[in-house]
Amino acid sequence: MHDESLWTIFINASLVNNFVLAYFLGICPFLGVSSKLETASRMGAAVTFVMLVSSICAFGIQALLVAINAPYLKLISFIAVIASTVQLVEMFIKKVSPALFRSLGIFLPLITTNCAILGLALFQTNKGYSFVQCIVYALGAGAGFTLALVLMAGLREKLELAEVPEVTRGTAMALMIAGLLSVAFMGFGGLGS
Amino acid sequence: MATLPKSGTDEFIKGLWKENPVFVQVLGMCPVLAVSNTAMNALAMGLATAFVLVMSNIVVSSLRSFIPKQVRIATYILIIATFVTVVDYLIQAVSLDLYKALGAFISLIVVNCLILGRAEAFASKNTIARSAMDGLGMGIGFAFALFCLGAVREILGNGTLFEAQLFHDSFQNWVVMILPSGGFFTLAGWLLLFNWFKQRKARREHASTLGLSKETA
Repeated sequence: MHDESLWTIFINASLVNNFVLAYFLGICPFLGVSSKLETASRMGAAVTFVMLVSSICAFGIQALLVAINAPYLKLISFIAVIASTVQLVEMFIKKVSPALFRSLGIFLPLITTNCAILGLALFQTNKGYSFVQCIVYALGAGAGFTLALVLMAGLREKLELAEVPEVTRGTAMALMIAGLLSVAFMGFGGLGS
Repeated sequence: MATLPKSGTDEFIKGLWKENPVFVQVLGMCPVLAVSNTAMNALAMGLATAFVLVMSNIVVSSLRSFIPKQVRIATYILIIATFVTVVDYLIQAVSLDLYKALGAFISLIVVNCLILGRAEAFASKNTIARSAMDGLGMGIGFAFALFCLGAVREILGNGTLFEAQLFHDSFQNWVVMILPSGGFFTLAGWLLLFNWFKQRKARREHASTLGLSKETA
C-alpha cells in the first residue's frame, strides 16, 4: 500500500471508490442537501475542507497513539478531535472571512456527524498512508464527495419538474437516482490501478 | 405523543413498525446500505447497533441530570464511542471473519445518526427503564430492516440465504444486487412498498371518514 503513487490514490478516492457511491459514506447529507445545486456545491466545499484538516489531525493522533501504545483510544480520540476541529474551523472562518462563513452557514456544524469524515480518518490509518498520501487521499475523497453531490443535485433539480407516480416522490426516488449514479461510477473501475 | 403515559411495551413496539428507524424515519443509512450485501453481515451489524443503542440509551438516561446542556452532544458522542469500542473488540474476539467483512463500519456506528438521535430525543428526557425499552425496540427495528435488505440482496445476488443454496444451478445471479448500486435499489424498493402501504391506509381512512360523515348527515 505504501508505494501507491499519489495520482492513483487521488483517482481511487474520487472516482473508483467514490466515498458516497461505493462506500456509502455521508449518505445523510447526500440525500438531505442535494435538492439544490448551489447548496450542494457549498456543502461539498465545506466537507472537503474539513476532510483535509481532520485528515492531518488524524495522522498526528495515530502517531501519538502508537507512541503511547493505546490503540483502543483511537475511535474516541478521533471523534473528539473531529468535533473540536469542526468547531475551531467554524470560529476561524468566522473571524477571517465572514462572507465565506455566511455562505457555508448551518452546514459547518452538521459536518461533525458526517460519517465520511470519520470514515476517511479510519481508512487512512488502516491503509497506513504517509503524511503526503493522507493529504492527497483527503483531497480525492472530498472531490469525489463534491462530484457526487453536485451530480445528484443537478438530476434532482430536473426531476422537480418531471411527472412521477405519487409513491416514488421523495427518498425512494433519490435512492433510485443514487443507484443509477453508482452503476455509472462502476464504469471507472480499474482506472487507477 | 407525550400527553398519554405510555407503557414500556408501547415504547418497544413503536420502534419495530410504526416508527421503524430505516423504513419510516430513514435514519442511519450508511451502514444500512454498506453492509447489507449478505443476510449474515446485515444481522450482525443490526445486532451490534442495537447493543450500542440500548447501552448508550441507558447510560445517557441515567446521567441525564448531571450532563450540562451546553456540552451534551459531545458527552453523548463520547458515551457512544465507548460502547462502540467495546463492540469492536467483542466482534474481533468472537469471529475474525465477521470482523473483516464488516470492516471499518463497526467503528462508524459512532456517527450513526439514529443512536445520537435517540439519545437526544428520547433518553435525555425519559426514565432508565423506558429508555432501555425504546433503545431495544429501535435497535431490533433497525436490525430487522437491515435483515430485510440483506436477505433480498443475498437471495437475488447470490442465490443463497445464510449461505444455503436456494435455487437450482440454472439460476442466474443478479450480480448488481451485491454491488453498491444494488443497495440503493433494494432500499428504494422497500421504501416504495412502505409508501404504498401508507398511502393505501390513508386512502382507506379517508374513505371511511367520508362514509361516516355521510351517515351522520
